[in-house]
Amino acid sequence: MQIMVTVNGKEYVRDVEPRVLLVHFLRDELGLTGTHWGCDTSNCGVCVVHLDGVPVKSCTVLAVMADGHEVRTIEGLARGAELDPVQEGFIACHGLQCGFCTPGMMMTARWLIDEHPDPSEEDIRTALSGQLCRCTGYENIVRAIQWAAAKEQS
Amino acid sequence: MQVPAAFQYRRATSVEHALTLLAEYGPESMVVAGGHSLLPMMKLRLAHPEALVDINDLTELAGVRVEGGSLVIGALARHADLLASPVAGAHFPILHDAERVIADPIVRNRGTVGGSLCQADPSEDLSAVFAALRASLMIHGPDGVRTVAARDFFVGPYETVVAPGELLASIQVPLRPSVSAYVKVDRRAGDWAVGAAGAVLTIERDVITEAGIGLTALGAPRFVAAEAEEFLTGGPPTEERLVEAGRIAARHCQPAADQRGPVDYKRHLAGELVTRALRRAVGAR
Repeated sequence: MQIMVTVNGKEYVRDVEPRVLLVHFLRDELGLTGTHWGCDTSNCGVCVVHLDGVPVKSCTVLAVMADGHEVRTIEGLARGAELDPVQEGFIACHGLQCGFCTPGMMMTARWLIDEHPDPSEEDIRTALSGQLCRCTGYENIVRAIQWAAAKEQS
Repeated sequence: MQVPAAFQYRRATSVEHALTLLAEYGPESMVVAGGHSLLPMMKLRLAHPEALVDINDLTELAGVRVEGGSLVIGALARHADLLASPVAGAHFPILHDAERVIADPIVRNRGTVGGSLCQADPSEDLSAVFAALRASLMIHGPDGVRTVAARDFFVGPYETVVAPGELLASIQVPLRPSVSAYVKVDRRAGDWAVGAAGAVLTIERDVITEAGIGLTALGAPRFVAAEAEEFLTGGPPTEERLVEAGRIAARHCQPAADQRGPVDYKRHLAGELVTRALRRAVGAR
């Protein structure tokens, strides 16, 4: 069926099978491979994107469900050449090692700071509790998000 | 790659339209909302509907509000909506206790209260919560609306009284003075319960006049510890009686051994969790 999805501010019209998952639509149909595809079971959180401003696990959303809606992916985080503070925080605090979980972590972090401009460490850890980093870099991921929140507060 | 088998997809524009679509596609069609239970089942071929009727646009089924002496939770309310609802938490803390430990914040943004109930996973938390609260479930069908008590909603694992062609619309919890709590043991953040217990008590002049005790993943018939409820009703909420209620609940549940633990451990857990939930509820007075 034909769907129209706004991704990072740009409208895309595509013909998709109803069974196509949003993560595969973004990666395979639109070529937006920044959103990663991991466990397929809504456990790992590497596929987190914003759907109408709210983070969801795109391996468990059908592309047809996004018809008429707005999606924001990691490619839509920076404003042109200007990185989002969350991205800057991950650089400043070494918030990644292999980078596989990073897009999902950043999309959740962006939402958290939008909702809670001054999150506590517990707020951050709770927000990330559905996302896995197998390099076990949680300490630095938490610091990176604290860094981003502090920058936006200043 | 895990992808569901092919199916037809229709988006409903109203409750009536959803019912028409369900009738049109017949018993092999299913309702989808958050999809966080159904889509994984479809990927694994444990569910294989020929058609999905998407109800995500039915705003009349969303939200949490007080109406006519009841807390009304729309079937389409996301777990995050229920957790964020001040009115739900003020009247029934058990709802927030449970929602805080259901999956993770991102899943809670999408998964729905009605979807969890209709999935009827025996380890799902809200079944026991609404059984303890003695909630009513409003089901729309071709012949109109019917109301079913939460305790009569579940037929068995993954099976409810919602018939093909019907749609769960809302959950209603009658408002009354009460204290309540939910306590869960899981292996890691966001996991299914090893075991969990919910308690709802109405206490008047130090006498328990109504007791609701729900058990999750512990093999309790209808998710309820009926014998413990009966024991508590009519007496004071003393520490000895809360402990005894736990012992009674443990004796009467039928947990199954699985990778989360053997029967004797889960039975011990049932007693301990019931007592802790009761203590927590009573302590909040």
